[in-house]
Amino acid sequence: MTDRPKRHDDDVIVCRCEDVTLGEIRRLISEGYHTIDEIKRISRAGMGQCQGRTCRHLIARELARALGVPQEEVEMPMFRPPTRPVLLSTIARGEGDE
Amino acid sequence: MNRKSADIVVIGGGVVGCATAFELARLGCKNVVLVERNTIASGSTGRCGAGVRQQFGTELNCVLAREAVRIFEHMDEYLDYEPGVEFRQSGYLMLAYSDQQWEQFQRNVELERSLDIDVKMLTPEGAREIVPFLDLEGMVGATFCQTDGHANPFHTAFAYAQAAKRLGAEILTHTSVMDIEVENNKIQAVVTDKGRIATSAVVNCAGAYSAKIAKMAGIDLPVWGERHQILITEPVEAMMGPMVISFHHDFYCQQTPHGSFIMGIGMPGEPKSFNIRSSVDFLEGMANTVMKILPPLGNLRVVRQWAGLYDMSPDAQPILGECPPIEGFYNANGFSGHGFMVSPIVGQAMAELIILGKSSVDISKLDAGRFERGELVFEPAVVG
Repeated sequence: MTDRPKRHDDDVIVCRCEDVTLGEIRRLISEGYHTIDEIKRISRAGMGQCQGRTCRHLIARELARALGVPQEEVEMPMFRPPTRPVLLSTIARGEGDE
Repeated sequence: MNRKSADIVVIGGGVVGCATAFELARLGCKNVVLVERNTIASGSTGRCGAGVRQQFGTELNCVLAREAVRIFEHMDEYLDYEPGVEFRQSGYLMLAYSDQQWEQFQRNVELERSLDIDVKMLTPEGAREIVPFLDLEGMVGATFCQTDGHANPFHTAFAYAQAAKRLGAEILTHTSVMDIEVENNKIQAVVTDKGRIATSAVVNCAGAYSAKIAKMAGIDLPVWGERHQILITEPVEAMMGPMVISFHHDFYCQQTPHGSFIMGIGMPGEPKSFNIRSSVDFLEGMANTVMKILPPLGNLRVVRQWAGLYDMSPDAQPILGECPPIEGFYNANGFSGHGFMVSPIVGQAMAELIILGKSSVDISKLDAGRFERGELVFEPAVVG
């Protein structure tokens, strides 16, 4: 673990689906994880029910601040289907019934 | 790039490349450079099904997997990785659906037992004792190995990469290999988009892209990419221990420690390609099959689907070792869907081969030359 001075908003939850805090995101950035995809892979931020609809922007903002680049320059990960969670049984029924 | 030379350049930041870089550094190689065009675990490693099994049909695959499991069992301490690689030995349950398949399974079990891998043969009812909601229709029998399991591929790759760095290896991400300079059949340098690295040895751990890398050194390597798809559900309470596999349905499914179910199914007629886009027909085939074999999973929601590449070889076994006539060009690729699970032992064997001239697990039969010699060793047990 890297020693990093505690900040007042470190305990703020960034990814509500997977319970990842701003402090954890900052720690990962300080350890050298400098893309949203890497942060997702190591912390699960963005892997939950909502697929990162909120947290990806918050993580991008944090990366932009830490790396000193405009937020538009932070590469956004691909959205992976489905757009919303779908029951496997609904998908199975979709073939042939109608 | 401040570095101009390296003892060894490892190409590819997947788990095989990271393990190889770490083991090279551990054996005392001071100047290892790993080159990755994207980020660590961004390719097949980060897209794989995360399973670790020892139930195979060839002796070499069984031995490699058994040795890999022995490393996975103490990997957190071995690599001093605090988050942990989440290795769980909750077993693999392999289902047979025809007499012919059952006979093959029995041969496999005989082989596995002779190699000290503890595998049980079960009736369909015996399989249901392990997974109570398993549908038994058409099932002839099953085999179960408790010491099989799964690990977190991201953490495993990051753990190796961090440990390699601590031992002095340099890891260059976002760096693409453009060319490999060869003179008189000897490696001279690896040319990247960030600069030239003079070196006399290269380890090709580029997964499905390994043939492209080999071509740069003038080598025709019979490795190609083949898309395989996978999905993950919302997390639920623990209800299934082992990975469940059926070769008949070309299907696998496990519940991760996180609670979500991860599952994949092979798509007939998948062409050679570098295509990693996911498709709707996969979702339909997957949903229908999983509801046949594990009916209650129909109640789960899919949150994400994706695709990755198997780095296929002609006999579905890895290609490991030096690649004549080019001195200093080593392959560790062609894993055909089983790279993650054997990566710990592959890293060790490659490093021993390169530094000591000989590996403790004999991998000489897996050299690239076997295809020209006609000594292919087909693995019958490939899934997903």
